Amino acid sequence: MRFLPTAEQRDFTRSLDALLTASDTPSAVRAWSAGDHGPGRTLWARLADAGVFALAAPETQDGMGRLPVELALAHRELGRHAVPGPLVETAAATALLSHLADAGDPAPAKRLLPGLLTGETVVTLGVPEGGGYVLDAEGADVVLVVTGADGAAPGSGPELRLAPGHGPVHPSLDPARRLARPDPGGELLAAGPPLAGAVGCAVRWARLAAAAQAVGVAEELLRRTVAYVKQRTQFGVPIGSFQAVKHRLADTLLAVEFARPLVYGAALTLAPGDLAAAKAAAGEAAYTAARAALQLHGAIGYTEELDLSLWLRKARPLRDAWGTPARCRAEVLAAYV
Amino acid sequence: MDLNHTAEEDALRTEAREWLAAHVPAAPLPSLETAEGFAAHREWEAELYAGRWSAVSWPERFGGRGADIFGWLAFEEEYWAAGAPGRVSQNGISLLAPTLFDHGSEEQRARVLPDMASGAVVWAQAWSEPEAGSDLASLRSRAVRADGGWLLSGQKTWSSRAAFADRAFGIFRTEPAAPRPHQGLTYLMFDLRAPGVTVRPIGRLDGRPAFAELFLDKVFVPDEDVIGEPGQGWRIAMSTTGNERGLTLRSPGRFLAAADRLVRLWRERGEDRGASDRVADAVIGARAYQLFTYAGASRFAAGGEMGAESSLNKLFWSEYDIELHETALELLGPEGELSRSPDGWAEGYVFALAGPVYAGTNEIQRDIVAERLLGLPKGRR
Repeated sequence: MRFLPTAEQRDFTRSLDALLTASDTPSAVRAWSAGDHGPGRTLWARLADAGVFALAAPETQDGMGRLPVELALAHRELGRHAVPGPLVETAAATALLSHLADAGDPAPAKRLLPGLLTGETVVTLGVPEGGGYVLDAEGADVVLVVTGADGAAPGSGPELRLAPGHGPVHPSLDPARRLARPDPGGELLAAGPPLAGAVGCAVRWARLAAAAQAVGVAEELLRRTVAYVKQRTQFGVPIGSFQAVKHRLADTLLAVEFARPLVYGAALTLAPGDLAAAKAAAGEAAYTAARAALQLHGAIGYTEELDLSLWLRKARPLRDAWGTPARCRAEVLAAYV
Repeated sequence: MDLNHTAEEDALRTEAREWLAAHVPAAPLPSLETAEGFAAHREWEAELYAGRWSAVSWPERFGGRGADIFGWLAFEEEYWAAGAPGRVSQNGISLLAPTLFDHGSEEQRARVLPDMASGAVVWAQAWSEPEAGSDLASLRSRAVRADGGWLLSGQKTWSSRAAFADRAFGIFRTEPAAPRPHQGLTYLMFDLRAPGVTVRPIGRLDGRPAFAELFLDKVFVPDEDVIGEPGQGWRIAMSTTGNERGLTLRSPGRFLAAADRLVRLWRERGEDRGASDRVADAVIGARAYQLFTYAGASRFAAGGEMGAESSLNKLFWSEYDIELHETALELLGPEGELSRSPDGWAEGYVFALAGPVYAGTNEIQRDIVAERLLGLPKGRR
């Protein structure tokens, strides 16, 4: 057993961190929030070059070969740097298309995967459990929608369609998450039992990617807050020397440190119960970190001018997207044998 | 990154599972905090030792199997999954033995370890004093030089297992004039039945004499029972308390088995929806603790050290243990109150309540995490 990243995995993570550190992601997030996708698309092109979008597809389909651990490591970095866009949805769409091909329906993958893996096509994906909204439909080139997987008429399976357009764009708790309802109808890409299995895979990969991002968000919130409480003084001393402050941050670290191995463990097994556990714990850790960060920054933390806000507002929606903690907890018990 | 066990670890796991299936007592042993239960648990230790299962990570010459940390974790998972009894020798095996491996002499190891592993000698810890708990360096009991050894005087308290144990270990002040409180301390072992020792059992919250006060009046300890150099007791003790907080005291196997029992209880009780989130959290927590431990063990196996992260570990399991037992009591409803029922939940709950208090209070652990892992400045406590 070596339940630690390998040297290659550490190098991959470090190079991604360096790329993102040099890319001024805060400006890209702010532009994306304002509806300007240019800087974000530039960033996406760099991420595609680094291989980030090819981690959920096998080599036979020109991917890097289904690498869930690398996907988790990459998404943790994306979370640490608050990269905007339908990242989780891209991982999910890649998994969906490639598994559909494995199940005997290769046409949608042949058509869409190449652009998706190179970052030339920005894709987003809606599934029934998303409440009918799709992330970043207006910034994406392709909007995939799965309908009918839940609550469809007896005998009818899910359908995968290319949405013909979308309705008005709604602001989210996180301004960088822009939600819209896809228009109904559109070209039918796939249907039937093979699709049902592929959708299940898509949700699992989405859980993994979202959980890993949540860990990254939690880590960055904690890092920024620790730095702040060391330099901010009150009563003549750094507030980080107060026991109440220390204990809150110790508890935040505890939440992060015990969520991270769940995410890596889930990447190694891809078992539904492990993935649900990882998503629940990572989502709660991110939210715990956000609450602590806001409290300990005080009023400056309640402003949008401070970059902290980019992570602060991400935590709650990320916690609840692709499976709220409550839903994930129920799935943990359902999967328990 | 992988979670694969070696063939050797798998073989150890299989052998342990089969041995435990054939040997674990069918009915639970009486509480080890009673004279009768203590004796029964001592017999169980002897049986474990005969099968070479009482200390699997020790070298074979002391009765172990030379298993590495992953083998030890695999054994622990099997041990608790099999519903095997709690370990009366735990203080010795998890606290004193690692200290002897790191700081003791080969003569001490050969003399002490086999009897510890067989349950022939059961050890009590003697750390705390009436005025020295989390601030252990303020301890006052002393050891004065005598011909061929030392004379111990003073008082120890909250001494786990001391009501029925044979011997104890702790640190004593040997240089009262040392400039700082954690200097001039010496780590030694002593006999609880030696002349000058008075043991007064203290009833715990559950009414059982799980720990005791020790009154020491010129108790002779020969030089051969000093561990390491006289005056170095603090440094040696700190390496031991790290073990106590770390995984040796609470292996993940214990919580995986407990979470399993909780899910069974939840199913038996009709999957009470009001408690389902907390039951799920127990499952998630046990898995998180297991994987956190695997990551730490992987670092350890690669040459890293168990440092302040043992404080994270202690914070996690101590709070987890209470949550888990509270959830069980909630599921049991009115029956949860029956304090000595055979299912053990109520007793386990009372025991869990001590977790945040002992082995260094959780307040102290949070200070350690904040200062050593997050780099926050020291301040007034």
